[in-house]
Amino acid sequence: MKANAMSNFEIVAREDFSDVTYLLEVRHPLMAKAAKPGQFVIVMLNEHGERIPLTIADFDRNKGTITLVIQAVGKTTKQMQQECKVGTVLYGMVGPMGIPTHITKAKKVVCVGGGLGVAPVFPQARGYKEAGAYVIGVLGFRNKDLVFWEDKFRSVCDELILCTNDGSAGMKGFVTDGIKVALDGHKDIDEVVAIGPPVMMKACADATRAAKIKTMVSVNPIMVDGTGMCGGCRVKVGKEVKFACVDGPDFDGHLVDFDDLMVRLSRYTKVEKEAHERWSESCRMTKQVGAHALDALARGKAGQVELLELPDPFEDAPGG
Amino acid sequence: MAKKKTIRTIPQERTPMREQDAQARAKNFEEVACGYNLDEALRESERCLMCPDQPCVSGCPVSINIPGFIQKINEKNLRGAYDILTDTNLLPSICGRVCPQENQCEGVCTVGDSLEAVAIGRLERFVGDTAIKEGWVNIPYIEPNRFRVGIVGSGPAGMACAADMAKAGCDVTVYEAFHQAGGVLKYGIPDFRLPNEVIDAEINNLKKLGVKFECNTLVGRLFTIEQMIDEMGFHAVFIGVGAGYPTMLNIPGDSSNGVLSANELLTRCNLMRARDFPNFDTPLPIGKRVAVVGAGNTAMDATRVSLRLGAEKVYCVYRRSRTEAPARAEEVHHAEQEGVEFHWLTAPVAVLDDGKGNVRGMRCVRMELGEPDDSGRRRPVPVAGSEFDFETDLIVYAIGTNANPIMGQTSKLKLNKWGYIGADDNLATSVAGVFAGGDIVTGAATVIQAMGAGRKAARSMKAYLGIRDPGLPYISGAGTLFGIDAHERNFARVRIA
Repeated sequence: MKANAMSNFEIVAREDFSDVTYLLEVRHPLMAKAAKPGQFVIVMLNEHGERIPLTIADFDRNKGTITLVIQAVGKTTKQMQQECKVGTVLYGMVGPMGIPTHITKAKKVVCVGGGLGVAPVFPQARGYKEAGAYVIGVLGFRNKDLVFWEDKFRSVCDELILCTNDGSAGMKGFVTDGIKVALDGHKDIDEVVAIGPPVMMKACADATRAAKIKTMVSVNPIMVDGTGMCGGCRVKVGKEVKFACVDGPDFDGHLVDFDDLMVRLSRYTKVEKEAHERWSESCRMTKQVGAHALDALARGKAGQVELLELPDPFEDAPGG
Repeated sequence: MAKKKTIRTIPQERTPMREQDAQARAKNFEEVACGYNLDEALRESERCLMCPDQPCVSGCPVSINIPGFIQKINEKNLRGAYDILTDTNLLPSICGRVCPQENQCEGVCTVGDSLEAVAIGRLERFVGDTAIKEGWVNIPYIEPNRFRVGIVGSGPAGMACAADMAKAGCDVTVYEAFHQAGGVLKYGIPDFRLPNEVIDAEINNLKKLGVKFECNTLVGRLFTIEQMIDEMGFHAVFIGVGAGYPTMLNIPGDSSNGVLSANELLTRCNLMRARDFPNFDTPLPIGKRVAVVGAGNTAMDATRVSLRLGAEKVYCVYRRSRTEAPARAEEVHHAEQEGVEFHWLTAPVAVLDDGKGNVRGMRCVRMELGEPDDSGRRRPVPVAGSEFDFETDLIVYAIGTNANPIMGQTSKLKLNKWGYIGADDNLATSVAGVFAGGDIVTGAATVIQAMGAGRKAARSMKAYLGIRDPGLPYISGAGTLFGIDAHERNFARVRIA
């Protein structure tokens, strides 16, 4: 029952920006038609997989595809990096979720993307450009090897400020330094949109607080269903508690409690680490023994294949 | 001629249900109640007096012909019993397990006035399970019509509505946001109460009726209700999306790590199979001392799931007393047997953390019952100075839910002041052709009520579309000729010899 009549979740394009960041384009014409900036999907790689939220980095209504830009940080995203090629089908992808970004009548907007955040902020930059705003893009990466989508961004921005931590490309500094350059150069900025790791979004919100410039962020808590049913993605916004999946994911950055978000994001760190180690171990064994033999082991046909005596990697897992 | 049954001649004791031993079952997810075998079912069916009043039928939210199916069991005609059950209720294996029969059919049973009521729910489950085992499915001859019906939500309300509309000849598609169908039956009710195989068997029966299921589809966002009617060619739509948005206590500390809603715990455990981590990737928060706040069925599920996940101590904290607890009596009883510690008349006031954002305990206050509130239940009031702390590492809130906001955000449907979808007595909403039922209309209720709403909406939808209803309610005692019921128009169901 994994595919439905509307899409079989087939990957039609793949690009690797670095050895941690990669792009997948998935065919889903109906979702491409419905997707709006700021929205996300929840993806399952296989039947045993977990549900993970991924922001929609781009949508092509003509081609009928959704683009996801993913950073391989944990078991699932690393497994996807390994397994998802052109032609692979995902077990499930549902969306577009979340309240679409409210593209306001702001005349001058700074769109800030930190690291992977560059991808999800792209549709918002394009949205503002299409609405007639003057768009200043601020992109931050650790170094020039991690830079991606610079030209794609230039095509929707009136100005682009590229920052790298080590100065190997663009200006040396963090995105907050880039924001400062933008604020210094323009006294009439109406709004800032900042997307990236929580610590980066917090810093951007702090950078604009004194100037009282409205700053929208897109939060990235752990999610399970994504439809407002479990409360796992709850975020403190001002005095209220909101669910990022149905009340967000965009919120006023000056009201979001980032410290709380970061603490809650870490609640499965230990388990995630174990899962990742276990998976890496099984990958290492796959390389040693050969995937065919490992598969045979798992299927209990050990007698038919010449093997060394090896422990079943799924049995003796530490902590499991 | 058989001797007429009286209250004195029937077996006096209700036939006991074999259950897994309490200590053993608290460690596994297999079903607690083992179900009757044929002998037990025959004995229990003997206990029905076939009384003329039939209060059980009106006590049932969908008016199942209870004496009818019990009589068939008595005659060892299990297929006949299944036919009668599925005439009104397509999902007997589910209802038999999760209906609060003590408040419905069994609560008004005539035998129950002097002895223990006939175990109607257990008999229903017995017939449903036999049907699954034997592979019986009642597929009437259906004359297809030109109407396309869309059902939003594959939970009990949507499934019941889909069944009726499919039997009426419509082309039915059920849309489900999750990757598996079943709704709250799948993600909310644990396997030891309602096995996934049972749900999937019932879903397969629906597919045999021609119902199509499309999962991974979030209606409202992928396409709207209005688009379904205006662009996608649906003639009528039923919304049964449930009311899953969990209520949080909003006490200090409840955003700490280790506080979660029962929905999250159950979804991770039941639907995402986190209990089989790492064979399944979704992790679970593991607590050694778990406190569940609330005493409804969801709370009972959360306590018993926590036991099975390896907790050493599981507390159930409820601000009212046991008599006011909304959970099904059998669930509270099973939870107690399995070792859940109940703290009645206790309310949490704060979550205590360890300074690093993780839960380490809960501060509670003792309550006493004061004057009744609007629901008629006595209102609990805190006892001054009775605050106390206890140690926990996982706190689960099972204190109720609110309307899911997505329908309200994405359509012109009129909502009531609490955010539920406004529907009239015929379950019609403010948008023509769109009907709604179940929790999204009434607020959190039961599976059987959702099914009843699905069926009621189906009747309204058929009227709206102008479809003549071939299925009349089965009236027991109506004359039969050669075993063919006078009201039976569906001759494919008639057994020839």
